[in-house]
Amino acid sequence: MNLFSMFSRRSSAPVARERLQVLLAHERAVIGNSDLVAVLREEILAVIAKHVPVEREKVRVKMDRGDQVSLLEVDIELPEMPQKAQKVA
Amino acid sequence: MAKVLVVTSGKGGVGKTTSTAALGAALASQGKNVVVVDFDVGLRNLDLVMGAERRVVYDLINVVQGDAKLAQALIRDKRCETLHLLPASQTRDKDNLTQEGVAKVMDELREKFDWVICDSPAGIERGATLAMRHADAAIIVTNPEVSSVRDSDRIIGLLDSKTLKAEAGERMDKHLLLTRYDPIRAERGDMLKVDDVLEILSIPLLGIVPESQDVLRASNLGSPVTLCEPQSAPARAYFDAARRLEGAELPVVIPSERKGFLGKLFGRRAA
Ligand SMILES: Nc1ncnc2c1ncn2[C@@H]1O[C@H](COP(=O)(O)OP(=O)(O)O)[C@@H](O)[C@H]1O
Ligand SMILES: [Mg+2]
Repeated sequence: MNLFSMFSRRSSAPVARERLQVLLAHERAVIGNSDLVAVLREEILAVIAKHVPVEREKVRVKMDRGDQVSLLEVDIELPEMPQKAQKVA
Repeated sequence: MAKVLVVTSGKGGVGKTTSTAALGAALASQGKNVVVVDFDVGLRNLDLVMGAERRVVYDLINVVQGDAKLAQALIRDKRCETLHLLPASQTRDKDNLTQEGVAKVMDELREKFDWVICDSPAGIERGATLAMRHADAAIIVTNPEVSSVRDSDRIIGLLDSKTLKAEAGERMDKHLLLTRYDPIRAERGDMLKVDDVLEILSIPLLGIVPESQDVLRASNLGSPVTLCEPQSAPARAYFDAARRLEGAELPVVIPSERKGFLGKLFGRRAA
């Protein structure tokens, strides 16, 4: 520690680093989200389609971001089907 | 086999154009056939930094639109004969840069050159995504400062989603070039540390270019700093970065404030 640093104010770089880490974690999540929803939708569709026929438009995937938790809403409308398949669904 | 690089950053004024010219000249002075391509339509500057502003006849848009042949638009450097410039248009609308047109020009450039280095405009809009679209690897130019790091993070996201490589499911090679590094501010603790930037962006380091008068002098004279002042600290940083691009494994040094003397070895594997 030299004289200069003893009398100078607290260095600002650690603050910058902290702020960036918090901000970027948030921004990556928000920007990544639109893609995430699309990817989830496709994969959910594929899984359902393996067991029951389903129309693309009948699968709705929605992401609600909150401060504490985010909510992923998946809404799938299945066609009329025989008893056995319904149990799978 | 040609390699296409994009020099990008998100933020303006961080040193993309300076770095494109300096790295292009460094690779060319090692005997490689190099073309630097200005994608900054409307705000072209690469011609100025290269000292070729009075030799521009045709530009990238003329070639894209078929008004000129590629060979007519390419400008060969007067000091280094394997270095070429494909200038941007100053006046034409950037909407004239169509994706198919650019793809055709890039294919032609790949056949002619060892290195194709694309100088990206600032921002995250169409101009920037067009410049990165065909890249095999990206150089992300970042200053050790919060807004620059944040914008670099955005650009990294685009490189991983909007490029041909990303769309083909391949990994885009990314290199961090830390520029305008000020050792005195670093010592004082008022500038993000190299390690901090690397940790936050988590891409490998290509080099650290110090803030230097030699860069301003070079651009005043219209000559890449690696041609104009090859012994200067920024030029040596660019020469080392160019050798790393060619696959050499050199330790990255942090420039120190002591004149003509390179600071402590940076104990991290280079990009
Ligand atoms: N290492 C450096 N030292 C000093 N000045 C620099 C350095 N790198 C770039 N500059 C200056 O910063 C300004 C912006 O650089 P430029 O390469 O045009 O940035 P960009 O293309 O990212 O907008 C120019 O005036 C340039 O001379
Ligand atoms: Mg520029």
